[in-house]
Amino acid sequence: MTISIDPQKTNNESFQPKGWLRYFSFSLDHKVIGIQYLVCGFLFYLIGGTLASAIRIELASPMSDFMPRDVYNQVLTLHGTIMIFLWIVPVVNGAFGNYLIPFYVGARDMAFPRLNAVAFWLIPPSGLMLVASYFVEGAAQAGWTAYPPLSITTPQSGQIIWILSVLLLGGSSIFGGINFIATIIKLRRPGLKLMQLPMYCWAMLGTSLLVVLSTPVLAGTLILLSFDIIANTGFFNPVLGGNVVVYQHLFWFYSHPAVYIMVLPAFGLVSEILPVHARKPLFGYTTMVFSIMGIVVLGLVVWAHHMFTSGTPPWMRLFFTIATAFIAVPTGIKFFNWVATLWGGKISINSAMLFSCGFIINFVFGGITGVALAQVPFDIHVHDTYFVVAHFHYIVYGGTVFIIFSSIYHWFPKVTGKMLNEKIGILHFIITFIGFNLCFAPQHWLGLNGMPRRVAEYDPQFQFVNQISSLGALLMAISTIPFLINVFLSVRNGKDAGDNPWNALTPEWLTSSPPPVENWEGEAPLVEEPYGYGKKISEQK
Amino acid sequence: MLNKNIYLILIISLVFAVSFWIGFNVNLLPAEASINAPIYDELFKILFIIGLIIFIGMTIAVIYSLFKFRKRNDQIGDGIALEGNLSLEIIWTIIPSIIVLLIGLYSYNIYDRMGGMKELNHNHEMMSSNTEKIWAGISQTSDNELAINNLSIEVSAMQFAFLFNYPKGNFISGELHVPVDQKVSMKMESKDVIHAFWVPEFRIKQDIIPGQPTILNFTPTKVGKYPIICAELCGPYHGGMRASIIVEKESDYNEWFNKNKKPEVNL
Repeated sequence: MTISIDPQKTNNESFQPKGWLRYFSFSLDHKVIGIQYLVCGFLFYLIGGTLASAIRIELASPMSDFMPRDVYNQVLTLHGTIMIFLWIVPVVNGAFGNYLIPFYVGARDMAFPRLNAVAFWLIPPSGLMLVASYFVEGAAQAGWTAYPPLSITTPQSGQIIWILSVLLLGGSSIFGGINFIATIIKLRRPGLKLMQLPMYCWAMLGTSLLVVLSTPVLAGTLILLSFDIIANTGFFNPVLGGNVVVYQHLFWFYSHPAVYIMVLPAFGLVSEILPVHARKPLFGYTTMVFSIMGIVVLGLVVWAHHMFTSGTPPWMRLFFTIATAFIAVPTGIKFFNWVATLWGGKISINSAMLFSCGFIINFVFGGITGVALAQVPFDIHVHDTYFVVAHFHYIVYGGTVFIIFSSIYHWFPKVTGKMLNEKIGILHFIITFIGFNLCFAPQHWLGLNGMPRRVAEYDPQFQFVNQISSLGALLMAISTIPFLINVFLSVRNGKDAGDNPWNALTPEWLTSSPPPVENWEGEAPLVEEPYGYGKKISEQK
Repeated sequence: MLNKNIYLILIISLVFAVSFWIGFNVNLLPAEASINAPIYDELFKILFIIGLIIFIGMTIAVIYSLFKFRKRNDQIGDGIALEGNLSLEIIWTIIPSIIVLLIGLYSYNIYDRMGGMKELNHNHEMMSSNTEKIWAGISQTSDNELAINNLSIEVSAMQFAFLFNYPKGNFISGELHVPVDQKVSMKMESKDVIHAFWVPEFRIKQDIIPGQPTILNFTPTKVGKYPIICAELCGPYHGGMRASIIVEKESDYNEWFNKNKKPEVNL
């Protein structure tokens, strides 16, 4: 091995600001970059959440009366784009990946610290540019999918800024992916075998492979789309002989794997959290690894299930039905293994545990509707309706966002050295869980009964159910208040956490909290059994 | 040990019973008004029941673990060091695989009964000889069948309306009138952006694409007025892009048709 474990810290330390200022600097420390990702992502989550609230206010009445119709389309486009590209993808990959992966492989930093900082610093300007496009001639209004010809015929400036912004964010994502693959494969501490890595490393390895394989396709597609918009080419423009269905294939070739880019890291994180708080080893480590890789492979060949009602020939519909439904098998294995991890443990009921269990329940629900949606004849009725909206919010909010909160409760003591308040945390969980289910469960019924998605006005018979959904959205908005109060209070005068408040065995807990700049005072510890709970090693503690 | 197994069997039967009861007694779908609708609802019912069993089962397992295995105040140390169980892993790989495979085969059967597999089964020659590429929707038909069918209608969609051209009667209508219990063949094309033709009561949907005609067949079975909804984001007034389909008795339909019929202009 030619790469040294200790990456060059030619970081002329004297120029690096100390204290909170370093979070505004071009810091090369993976822990600082991780926090930068998290806080930046959370600020965009608040913006995206405000837009979501605007959508639910508009839909509280059947008439289009809260905002102009074209603004409504801009709001839903920005809501989707911000939540995906500026909140979930950067946070589950960038934030937790950067903070945890070097600890897990026993390195002092990521493989390419400068590329890492570049990847982060692409995000705030492209995000701000995206939001600012609203004030130019109006933001993009063709939905986050930007299907042509609608995206070609709507006002150009918003759409072009949207493309540019998504390209930059995609670039950031690719840089991050390359960095994670290199770090996990090449920077492992001598003596640490691949099959001894904590599960989050495997999840990030799979995710990064998907990022590196599929994001360039999205980039190429969007560049062609931008040619159609500004240079009057005819790749996707039917007036000039272009083919609109080809765009959908190319777009979903990235955007379906994107779903796994959003959930696989969450699968990894929950695999770290459950064993610690259940005091039991992760059940079925090897099958968990294989099921992650199975999801990666299958995830690349299911994209056309988003296009069952466009022009797709029958044989293609059949193939994609079967491939999609089979993803349920490796995914199911993971869920059975998590429940088996809980079984027979000594479970501490705390906020991290509750959010993780909430994740299991929500995601199982979203997964079941997902298997149903994979069936062509089922999908033909509910495609592009609120049933689909409900389904994917169960996956990305009920799944991934629940895990983001769970992870914040779990790793906050490591990052700050302070505990979060458990009582406020449990209150946060209860409001979020009730609000989320109240908001999205009724939307299944709306979709089945005839309410299409992305509409500002609807049949008055759906008003009552929409109001229930809006009430749930209100609760979800309220739920961020106790969370923010908790974080601010705990950062200032939270209970001292000590180095390892959960008595956990994964490597990040075997250093001080917060950790020193190069992660360990001495040599990185060799953790051969990251989940060795109930064995001699942990009982000695 | 025996006691434990009895409880387990009891709970599983209870979950099955509750799921079946809900599946058969809770109707989440709108009225059935086409041949496709009862077939669709059959599939929905089966998926709903299987989904309920899995969801209720998993939820009970999670909540039970949280109560049963919660750490009591006087407890110290860890849970049992159980790292896995190969036979369990095999069971919960194989059983879901079988369920998924059976659902797949069953939904193939449903799709075939809806007419979706027609092209694949009968139509190989047609595919190669077609000069105009037609992207088929569900219940598709060949060009020939379109020409033979008395009820072939040309649908054009634009921002933000549907227009229905009755070539046999040489007129265009903003409302879709069809007689009950007869097969309707539609050839659809968009004038501008992508739209979609959706009638929830018929359980059918097909995108209407600019530059590529799509085809949709259906047979209404219930007299009434149903909404036609655009389901693909098509611009600011997307939510308002709706029309009506009026299914009527054949005599009523003929009366309406003859009233609107225009003489053919022979040049």
